[in-house]
Amino acid sequence: MDYTNLRRQIISMKKSLFDQGYLDEQFNQLEELQDDSSPNFVDEVVALFFKDSSRLLTNIEQALEKYPQDFYRLDSLVYQFKGSGSSIGALRMKNECSMFKAHCNDRDLEGYRTLDDSSSIPASHSLLEQLHLIPWLTQMPPVTPEDKEGACHSEAEAGDIFSCKHKHQIKGPVST
Amino acid sequence: MASRKGLGGEGSAPVPHVLAVDDSSVDRAVIAGILRSSQFRVTAVDSGKRALELLGTEPNVSMIITDYWMPEMTGYELLKKVKESSRLKEIPVVIMSSENVPTRINRCLEEGAEDFLLKPVRPVDVSRLCSRVLR
Repeated sequence: MDYTNLRRQIISMKKSLFDQGYLDEQFNQLEELQDDSSPNFVDEVVALFFKDSSRLLTNIEQALEKYPQDFYRLDSLVYQFKGSGSSIGALRMKNECSMFKAHCNDRDLEGYRTLDDSSSIPASHSLLEQLHLIPWLTQMPPVTPEDKEGACHSEAEAGDIFSCKHKHQIKGPVST
Repeated sequence: MASRKGLGGEGSAPVPHVLAVDDSSVDRAVIAGILRSSQFRVTAVDSGKRALELLGTEPNVSMIITDYWMPEMTGYELLKKVKESSRLKEIPVVIMSSENVPTRINRCLEEGAEDFLLKPVRPVDVSRLCSRVLR
């Protein structure tokens, strides 16, 4: 199987998440913590994030449907959402949460709802689903000399974020 | 959630045991990962109540690192209980928070907190802290 293109697409996707401000340096910090003793660390943290965030999003949606709105509860839920997003480097989602909290403080969610649909917590969150693909970079066979030219070309385009110093070794299927 | 990894060999100094307290599963995983990468033995719990239960049975906790905002018992309340205990008061306590509130920080430091870290916690912050507190 030709993994070169697949690897290139995932790297490109990851670069795009950084370039568009969905991810920040904190995600790089998590990747730095992944090693032979914790080969699935990033995948595990991302899985915990989505488990947590799915529950919180449901609770937020339910709280939004109530009238009169319980701004204290909404603020508390979004605070938790913002916190875990911040811990995995989900920059844009963190900023969306800050904006939402500000509207909660002003008791003005109508003002928040008039924003562009792309600027919303669920939209930012759903784009982060792509993070599930990143652990696949470590599941693919080692880079061959033929692959390296293509992969490094992509990595050179991606800049220092994906420097060739990251060693990728096949580890077998990721347990979920 | 508990993650334990002692690397002390025969005859070597005991590996410091750090108790991490955070109600967020994501933050527990991240702080445990950071501490583990610094070669510490880590136990991570999700509440101040569980932290106190563990402190009652585990004699050799070298440091406590706790989130500030937790339901039922805040990190500040946990700090106070630790510092009020004659058996536990010498254990360094570090508070973490995603909010930079000077009055909160000062209150924790005045109550005896060793340090106050802003989230997201970075490996370099924890490494620097542990070097100062534990070695």
